[in-house]
Amino acid sequence: MINASLKELASALAEKKISSVELTTLFLDRIEQHNPMLNAFVTIDRAKALATAQAADQKVGADRTALTGIPLAHKDIFCAEGWRTTCGSKMLGNFTAPYDAHVVEKLNAAGMVTLGKCNMDEFAMGSSNETSFFGPVKNPWDTACVPGGSSGGSAAAIAARLAPAATGTDTGGSIRQPAALCGLTGIKPTYGVVSRYGMIAFASSLDQGGPMAKSAEDCALLLNAMAGFDPRDSTSLERPTEDYARDLEKPLAGLRIGLPKEFFGAGMDDGVRVAVEAALAEYRQLGATTVEVSLPNSGLSVPAYYVIAPAEASSNLSRFDGVRYGHRAAEYGDLNDLYAKSRAEGFGDEVKRRILIGAYVLSHGYYDAYYLKAQKIRRLIAADFTAAFKDCDVIMGPTAPSVAFKFGEKSADPVQMYLSDIYTIAVNLAGLPGMSIPCGFDRDLPVGLQLIGPWFGEAQMLNVAHRYQQATDWHRRMPAAFAG
Amino acid sequence: MSLSLDDVSRIARLARIEISSAEAERTRDQLNGILAFVAQLQAVNTDGIAPMAHAVDVVQRLRPDTVTEPDRRDAFQAIAPETEAGLYLVPKVIE
Repeated sequence: MINASLKELASALAEKKISSVELTTLFLDRIEQHNPMLNAFVTIDRAKALATAQAADQKVGADRTALTGIPLAHKDIFCAEGWRTTCGSKMLGNFTAPYDAHVVEKLNAAGMVTLGKCNMDEFAMGSSNETSFFGPVKNPWDTACVPGGSSGGSAAAIAARLAPAATGTDTGGSIRQPAALCGLTGIKPTYGVVSRYGMIAFASSLDQGGPMAKSAEDCALLLNAMAGFDPRDSTSLERPTEDYARDLEKPLAGLRIGLPKEFFGAGMDDGVRVAVEAALAEYRQLGATTVEVSLPNSGLSVPAYYVIAPAEASSNLSRFDGVRYGHRAAEYGDLNDLYAKSRAEGFGDEVKRRILIGAYVLSHGYYDAYYLKAQKIRRLIAADFTAAFKDCDVIMGPTAPSVAFKFGEKSADPVQMYLSDIYTIAVNLAGLPGMSIPCGFDRDLPVGLQLIGPWFGEAQMLNVAHRYQQATDWHRRMPAAFAG
Repeated sequence: MSLSLDDVSRIARLARIEISSAEAERTRDQLNGILAFVAQLQAVNTDGIAPMAHAVDVVQRLRPDTVTEPDRRDAFQAIAPETEAGLYLVPKVIE
């Protein structure tokens, strides 16, 4: 049951082979057993989960959806009414959300059962989960290694089979990179497809929520429930409803896969290269052709991101003032001192660094040189993709330059850590959909293949991923230590 | 371009984050490392390129100017550090 797909779980529930209460109990027990080792969850509420499961079991007929009664975990960046919602920060250590994020509202309405809230890098700023105030999450494949970040708790929870699926968010690779490092499938939709309402803001022009699960098919079902217009998010897109699973079975004959030469140069580990090349060979077997494309400005994506994202973060995080919610210092003088002390105590080092960089690049006299310059380069990066998609239907390459790295390996030097997202960041800057699927192992750790689609190309990407997963079994592998 | 300790203190003041002098020194080195890394953007020719503020070009939606939110003051104030009689409490700002 712990390895079952969402479709299999749905039919087991529909045929009453198992109840949602039993299924939820199974996963809650596994969380209880394995979470002390992994630290994937920061909040678990057995009573609340079981009450929702009970309600799901009572639903019949038209009240049931393809996901009713199936448990899932939420990244702790999503507000869920009555649940502690920390965003991985001391600042929100005691924050109980007074409302539901749009994504949570929609998944609740679909009848899904929330198991708990998953650990993450503080305010989603990190690629290793080491910046969480609640301690790092461990990678189930090797607990000496990081799970990736920032959706590392979500990734570790699914990889260890503590949850069948989870929500994540991706500002510069935070769904795809942990999915790659933990051997999972995750998709970051086109910017604007999933509402940001109730998703604690990091960099608003880049943030996008999406599903993480064991397969492309699971992700398609989850995305069907998560996507949709929401007037409460000013950048939510008004588009006709899509069935993201509609093309899953389409044959791949004639598919043109673009391989950006910039993604296959130096910087990628040999083991990653071998696995990615093998996946491309498999795709050729399935009828696809590969063509070299170029993204000449992609090398500028990481530096452009580290101007734009901190600038937006410094603005977004100004709302944490110790007045309306969140941490307030115990002792302070005047109002400014209240702000400065509450923020100094509430934020961790990486968050402070990014706020300071953001405040600097937006400050008087520097705006044109940094922020405006980065926004112009952002347009060049997006234009590269437009040009590349003239010659291909989907772009492929590695998700991350290496497999999971050891704790402490990159945390001393912020710039080294930033470079672990070198292949994923351009996708956010351009607003494109991006995906990671497992495609092999290097030194016994999972390797991720990245798929990048044109704007609103999710259904095709899921199709491309699904056909590969029908021909291979990398996505079915799980870490042996958590099999029991 | 490299930040001095005074610059770091000024930025921290702008960002309303208290910073000790020991922290300021370490922070200065890290910020300078990040700024040196992003400095490569300066070498790119962007003449005539319009800045891209958002990933997808959309026009701001308008809606009728009517009340859409219910009054949830009690729920929102229940999570505030300090309130009194429906008001958020802060140190005295007007003498």
